[in-house]
Amino acid sequence: MSESKKTKYTTVSIPVTLYERLREIIKDTGFTSVSQFVTYILREVVATYESQEDDIDLPEESKKQILERLKRLGYL
Amino acid sequence: MVSRPHGGRIVNRMVSGKRREHLLEEAKELVKIEVSVHKAIDIEDIAHGAFSPLQGFMVQEDYLSVLDLMRLSNDLPWTIPIVLDVDPHEIAGVKEGDDVALTHKGTILAVMRVEEIYGWDKKDYALKVYKTTDMAHPGVKRVMNMKELLIGGPIDVLNTLENPFEDFTLWPVETRILFRERGWKRIVAFQTRNVPHRGHEFVQKSALTFTDGLLVHPLVGWKKPGDYKDVVILKAYKALIEHYFPKNVVVLAALRMNMNYAGPREAIHHAIVRKNFGATHFIVGRDHAGVGDYYGPYEAWEIFKEFPDLGITPLFIREAYYCKKCGGMVTEKTCPHGEEHRIKISGTRIRKMLKEGKIPPPEMMRPEVAQVVLSFDNPFVE
Repeated sequence: MSESKKTKYTTVSIPVTLYERLREIIKDTGFTSVSQFVTYILREVVATYESQEDDIDLPEESKKQILERLKRLGYL
Repeated sequence: MVSRPHGGRIVNRMVSGKRREHLLEEAKELVKIEVSVHKAIDIEDIAHGAFSPLQGFMVQEDYLSVLDLMRLSNDLPWTIPIVLDVDPHEIAGVKEGDDVALTHKGTILAVMRVEEIYGWDKKDYALKVYKTTDMAHPGVKRVMNMKELLIGGPIDVLNTLENPFEDFTLWPVETRILFRERGWKRIVAFQTRNVPHRGHEFVQKSALTFTDGLLVHPLVGWKKPGDYKDVVILKAYKALIEHYFPKNVVVLAALRMNMNYAGPREAIHHAIVRKNFGATHFIVGRDHAGVGDYYGPYEAWEIFKEFPDLGITPLFIREAYYCKKCGGMVTEKTCPHGEEHRIKISGTRIRKMLKEGKIPPPEMMRPEVAQVVLSFDNPFVE
């Protein structure tokens, strides 16, 4: 499914030389424009940054209760 | 490492203690909207963070963005609208900014801050989510029977539905703590609505060879007539795990979540939900969440190409069969032998045999699993 015209866009500048290289790369792929390709790549990059492990944001007492429940149910 | 929750943190909209008592008191005076079991299940999934980052039912901007772009308005992947439908008379006098009480069979489930009341085009929804407006499609039928307006806004949940599988139910914070305690970093999730046959077991074990643990996550709740009963599925999996998996590599937990039969879009939805439970990998079946012939057999695999930022890795494992010459479960990539040596694993055939009280051949289903199914007078939903 392609991005519809309902998406809001903004402009990011990249060197023309890079743009030309990207245009070559996307020939004969499913990408119909450099913008679409760059959006795809940037989402991939964003996901890498976002995948850093988080700590479980819970008070110690709640964590203890969960551990107790997991033990009671036989998971631990 | 365990997957980061979708949107960054696990949502918790369950209210407890004094605040709950206070809200329950307040809710008595609010306009009440009676919700179906279907919506009560959504409320529960939002409340416990299975649908993180959703804090409530979608407002129009998110709803349209999900329909048109398969993303929330903040660009996060999301493919199935989570909406609450109402009739105009139910919200007579309610303005945006008001609180309303959501009830089921008279019990107050939640208080909702109404951010927006808006109209919707059911046909547009059906076409975009289900790719059809055919009323024979169970998802389309359900949508076309929904009410005239949608209301969106965050919810504070005070009560949830009674859960017959309480002891099998784990929510995202619990699975995350469990995985951490077990030292699992790479977790593969397997979604199911069936009792396990050898094909399922093969796929799960294939995925386990390069992960630390397997989350078997059957959907419980509403089922079609002819489906296996929830209790049968859970007991059958218990038998399989006990007899055929090493100790402490599998977590079996039930998830009460609605099935939409939206094929490829729903495959993405299922992956996002399992990401919230901490899974790093998700097994996507052939014709995952499909029904009839509305979707191509591999559409649910293809759609993942559109989401480089999903944050969970899909695993596409080919259909497996038993090869008599190899003496085990194989796929077309691992076995050179011809059709004459193969025993195909057909869920329909297994079901028919079980309905007739017969034990399927061990190449199709483990005898311990078949015995569990046959121990029920009627293992199927009527």
